[in-house]
Amino acid sequence: MSCVRISLLALLSHWRRHPLQCFSIFTGLWLATALWAGVQALNTQARADYARASTVLGGIAQAYWAPRQGQHIDQATYITLRREGWPVSPVLEGRLNLVGGNTLTVRLIGIEPLTLPQGSAIAGQTNEALDLSGFIGPPGQAWVGPDTLQRLGLKPGVQARTEDGQYLPPLHLQGQLAPGVIVVDIGYAQALLKAPGQVSRLLMPADFADSAPHLPVNLADTLQLQTSSDAQDLQRLTESFHLNLSALGLLAFLVGLFIVHAAIGLALEQRRSLLRTLRACGVSLAELISALALELGLFAVLGGLAGVFSGYLLAAVLLNDVAASLRGLYGVQVAGQLSLSPSWWLTGLSISLLGALLAGANSLLRAARLPLLALAQPHAWRAAHSLWQRRQVLLAVVLTLLALACWQFGDSLRIGFVMITALLLAAALLLPAVLDAALALLGRYCHRPLAQWFIADSRQQLPALALALMALLLALSASVGVGSMTEGFRKTFMGWLDQRLAAELYLSPRDTAQAQAINDWLKAQPQVDAVLPRWRVDLRLQGWPAQLFGIIDHPYYRQHWALLEQQEDAWRQLANGQGVMLSEQLARHLHLNLGDRLSLPAPTATANLRVVGIYADYGNPKGHLLVSVDWLQRYWPEANFYALSIRLPAQQVSTLMAQLQQQFALNNDQLTDQASLKRWSREVFERTFVATAALNSLTLAVAGVALFISLLTLGQSRLGQLAPLWALGVERRTLAWLNLGQTLMLAGLTVLLAIPLGLLLAGCLVAVVNVQAFGWRLPLQVFPLQLLQLVLLGLMTSLLAAAAPLWQLLRSQPADLLRQFADEA
Amino acid sequence: MKRNVQIIACALLLSGCDNAPPASEGFAGLGQDATTYTPVLRGQALRFPADHGAHVGYRIEWWYVTANLIDEQGHDWGVQWTLFRSALHPGAETQGWSSPTVWLGHAALSSPSSHQYSQTFARGGIGQAGVEAQPFRAWIDNWSLASTSGQGLDQLQMHATGKGFSYQLQLTSQGPLVLHGDYGYSEKSGQGQASYYYSQPFYRVSGEVERHGQRYPVTGRAWLDREWSSQPLSSTQQGWDWFSLHLENGAKLMLFQVRQRDGQPYRAGTWISPDGRAEALRNEQIQLAPQAWTRQDNGRQLPTRWRLQVAAHNLDVQVEALQPHAWMGTTVAYWEGPVQLQGSSTGRGYLEMTGY
Repeated sequence: MSCVRISLLALLSHWRRHPLQCFSIFTGLWLATALWAGVQALNTQARADYARASTVLGGIAQAYWAPRQGQHIDQATYITLRREGWPVSPVLEGRLNLVGGNTLTVRLIGIEPLTLPQGSAIAGQTNEALDLSGFIGPPGQAWVGPDTLQRLGLKPGVQARTEDGQYLPPLHLQGQLAPGVIVVDIGYAQALLKAPGQVSRLLMPADFADSAPHLPVNLADTLQLQTSSDAQDLQRLTESFHLNLSALGLLAFLVGLFIVHAAIGLALEQRRSLLRTLRACGVSLAELISALALELGLFAVLGGLAGVFSGYLLAAVLLNDVAASLRGLYGVQVAGQLSLSPSWWLTGLSISLLGALLAGANSLLRAARLPLLALAQPHAWRAAHSLWQRRQVLLAVVLTLLALACWQFGDSLRIGFVMITALLLAAALLLPAVLDAALALLGRYCHRPLAQWFIADSRQQLPALALALMALLLALSASVGVGSMTEGFRKTFMGWLDQRLAAELYLSPRDTAQAQAINDWLKAQPQVDAVLPRWRVDLRLQGWPAQLFGIIDHPYYRQHWALLEQQEDAWRQLANGQGVMLSEQLARHLHLNLGDRLSLPAPTATANLRVVGIYADYGNPKGHLLVSVDWLQRYWPEANFYALSIRLPAQQVSTLMAQLQQQFALNNDQLTDQASLKRWSREVFERTFVATAALNSLTLAVAGVALFISLLTLGQSRLGQLAPLWALGVERRTLAWLNLGQTLMLAGLTVLLAIPLGLLLAGCLVAVVNVQAFGWRLPLQVFPLQLLQLVLLGLMTSLLAAAAPLWQLLRSQPADLLRQFADEA
Repeated sequence: MKRNVQIIACALLLSGCDNAPPASEGFAGLGQDATTYTPVLRGQALRFPADHGAHVGYRIEWWYVTANLIDEQGHDWGVQWTLFRSALHPGAETQGWSSPTVWLGHAALSSPSSHQYSQTFARGGIGQAGVEAQPFRAWIDNWSLASTSGQGLDQLQMHATGKGFSYQLQLTSQGPLVLHGDYGYSEKSGQGQASYYYSQPFYRVSGEVERHGQRYPVTGRAWLDREWSSQPLSSTQQGWDWFSLHLENGAKLMLFQVRQRDGQPYRAGTWISPDGRAEALRNEQIQLAPQAWTRQDNGRQLPTRWRLQVAAHNLDVQVEALQPHAWMGTTVAYWEGPVQLQGSSTGRGYLEMTGY
C-alpha cells in the first residue's frame, strides 16, 4: 500500500511541472461531463414534467367517458349516470388566458373532489387528504404549481384575473402540480370557462371500467369510453426531440474525451522514464497500475464534480428555450425551473468516471506493457504511432462499412444515430492518415531546405496534434451538418408557411352551432371572397393520434395546398369522396404510398379511401388527413365544425375582424389574421432551434479548447526541434512565423476536410434522422456563406490556439535555445 | 344520537379528516362551536310532514334506518341505510355547485358470517342527492328511501347497493312517530347541547337482501331515526354508545350514553310502549356496563356485549352483537351492527359505538 502511495506521489509530481497538462485533463473531463449532464438535465426535467402533466388526475382514474360530439357533456348526464349507480366523477377542462403581472394561457381543470375515484391523486395529493371546505369554498382555492405561479408573477393567496375580467379563487401553491395547469373546483371552472352545466369528461375507477359496463341506451350515442394515454403520447411524440438533444450531448462528450485522451497519452509518454525508474526501484506492476488508476480516478471525480455542476447551470440557462420549443412543437408544458433528483448528480459523476476510464484505458494498457529495460527512445512514440495509425485506418474502414450497412438496412432513429456516429468516428480516425498523406504529397513539391523542413516537421507534429485535430474535425463537421440542416429546414418551412397560410383570416369557433352561425353570416358579407370551413374528427391510426379534416371543394386548395406527391386528378377524387390526402409523416408512419387504400375506423363502419395525395405538414406531431366534408359527415355525423378560413381583400381584414368580434363575442384566440399566425409560427420555429444552436456552438468551443491545449503542450517540447534551425541561422521571428504556418496548415486542411464531411452529415440528417425523428424529408441545401463563416471560425480558433505557443517562442531567449544543445550533450 | 357520528363524517371531510378527532373538539369535529348555524331550542314544536325534509340552516342532519331481518332459514341479518346532510358553511341553500351542502350515504349489510358496507358522497345543489318532504323521498346516487303511499313515512321502499351486496326492502309502519326528549328536543349533555330527534320504530319489513350474487327473501323490523342539529356534542365528550331495541312484548327502547372525557357518561333514553307512548328516561334510570370486548380487524377494542338495566321497567338484559366485527371502515369510522337481547326480555336491535 505504501508503495502505491509513494508511486502516486511520484506520479503526481509530474503535474506540478506540467500544470497545463493537468489543466487539459481536468478541462476535458469537466467540459465533457458538463455538456452531457446539461443535456441529460434538460431531458430529465422535461420527462418528469410530462409525467406530472399526465398525473394531474393520476392514480386509478385512468378511464373516462368523453363526448362523441362536441367538447362537452351535459351535467344532467352526469347526474343520470350517478343515479344509475355509476361511480363517475365530472371534470371540466379548458384553456384560460390570465392577465396580471404577466399574461399566461393555462390549462384550467375543474374537478369534483367528493366523487373522484378513491385512490385518485390530484397533483400527487390523495383526495382523502384534501381540505374540502377550503377547496370548495367560498372563496375556494386555485391550485397552481410553483413554476406557473412564478410565470404569473403572483403570490399564493392572490386572485388571478382572466382576460375577460373574472377572478379565480385565491391561488394555492401545490408543489406537485404540473406547469401550466390550474386546478379548481368544478363550480368555479364552469363559471370561468363560461360552460355552466357542462363537463368535459366523466372519470371512472379503473376496476369499474374494466367490468365493461353498458351505458343506458339513451346515452350510448352521446358518450364514448376512452382510456387516458396522455403520458405515452407525450413520451412518444417528444422522443425524437430528446434523442436529438442526447445525440448532441453525446457528441460533446466524445469531443471532451478526445482532449482527455490526448493529454493523458502525452503525460504517459513524458513519464516513461519515471515509470521505468519506479519499476526499477521495486514497485510492482500492479502497484504502479493502481497508482495510475487512482490518479485517473482523482481527475475523474474532480472533473466530474465541476462538470455536473456546470451542466446544471447550462441546463438552467437553456431550459427556458427548450421549454419554449416543446411548448411550440408539441404543446406540452415544461417547467422553467430545474428540480433534479440526487440520482441525476450521481449519474453525472459516474459518466465522468466512465469517460476518464475510457479515455485513459489505452494509456494504462500501454503503461502495463512498458518494457522494463528498454531505453526511452525519442522516436519510440512516433514508431508506435505509425503502428497505431495503421490500426486506426483499419478501424475506420470497419466503421465506414458499419455506416453503409446502417444506411442500407436501418429503419429507426437509433440506427440513424449509430450511422452518423460511425461515420464521424471513421472520418476522425482517418484524419491523421489523410493529413499525413497530404503532407507527404506536398513534400514532393518542396525543394528548398526550409520548405522541406516545414513539411517534415509538420508530419513530426502530427501524432501529437492528431487528437486535437480530430476533435476540431468532429465539431466543425457537426456544425456544418446541423447548420445546413437547420437553415435548410428554415427555408423550406418558411416557404411552406407562406404557401399554406394564404387565407387572410383564421377563425376557431366555440362549437359547431356557433361555427354554423358564423359561416352563414360570412356568406352574406359582400366583401368576403371565400369561406373555407373545416370539420374535424380525432382518431387513432395504428395507435398514432391523428386529425381527420373535412374540407369543401374549392380552387383555393389547388392553388395553395402544395402536394409533395399526387395522383392525377387528386383534388377531384378527394371532392368526390373517393380519395384521402395525408401528411408526409403519417404516410411514412403507416407505410402508405400513393394509390394504397387507407381504412378509417368510423363509428358505424370501417371506411376505405385511396391515398391520392401526400403533403408536407411540418411541425405537427400528430397525423393529419384531408377528406371531403360530405364524405366525413356521412361516416362521422358527430364531426366538429372546427375552423374557418376566410379570404377577403387585405384592406378589409381589420373591419371584418371587428365585426366578427362584436357579432359573435369572439376572443383574440379564436380569431387570428394571417400575419399574426405567421409571426407566431416563425417564433415557435426560431425558438425550437435555439437550444440546438447553443449546444452546437459549445461543442465547437470545446474543440477549440482541445486544439489550444494540444498546441500548448506541444509548444513546450518544440524548442528541441527549433534550436538546430536557429543555430543554422534562421531568425527567431521567422521560426515563429513558420511555426504559425504549420499550425494553420494543419488546421486549414482539417477545416477543408470538415466541409465535405459536414455536408455528408447534413445529408444523413435530412435523409435519415429527420425522416425517422419527425417523418418529413427535406431537400439538402448548401449555404456557401454559412460554410465560409464556419471555415473562418475554424481558422480563427486555430489561430487563437496557436497564439500562445507562438508568443512563448518569440519571447524565448537565445540562452534557452542554446540550452537545448547542452541538455542533449 | 347515533347519527352524530356520521355527521361528523361530513364535518370531518370538510375540515381535513386527518386531524380528526381533535382532542379538544369531540368526535370528528362535532364539538366545534357553530353559533352561526340555526340553534336548537327547547319548546319548538315539530311539524309534519315538513320536518321529514331537509332543515337548511342547521349544520347537520340525518335520515337513518336500521333493520333486523330473518331469512327463510331463520338466520339473522342486519341492514343499515343512512343519508347525512352537512353544511360546509352557514347560509341559504343555493342551486348549482355553490351550494354549501354535502351529502354522505352509508349502507351496510350484516349477516352472522359477514359485514359489508359502502359509502358515497355527493355535492348539494346539483340533484345527485337530496330529500323531499312530501311525498317523502331521500336519495343519493342510486340509493333511495322513498314513500310508496304518499302518506308521510308510513310506507317506504328502501334500496342501496355496494360492492358485493344490495337490498330492496318494503317498510310499513305499525305505530305512530315517537318524539324523543322534550317533545323532540333531545339533550346530549348537561350543558345544553341538543338536537331535534324523532323516530319511527314500528316498521314491519319484507323484501330481499343480496350478498355476492345470492338473494335471500327476508322479513323483520326496522327503526327510522330523524335528527338534526347544529352542535350536538360538547367539546369534552368523546363519543357515544347508542341502542335501539325491539323487545319481545312489542315495546321499544332507545337509549344512549355520551362518554365524557373525565367523569360520568351522560345517559338518556326513551321507553316506547307497544302503543307508541313515549317516556323519557333520565340519566339515573339507566345502567349500562360493557361485558365483553372484541378486537376489530384494525386492532381497536370495542365492547360487543353489554349489560343493560332499566329498573323502572324491570328490564335487565345482556345485549350482544350478532356480528361482533360490524366495523364501518368509512371515511369516519365507527361500529354499527345488529344485536340480540337475553335476560328479562328477548329481542333484537341495533348498536352504534363511536369514538373508540
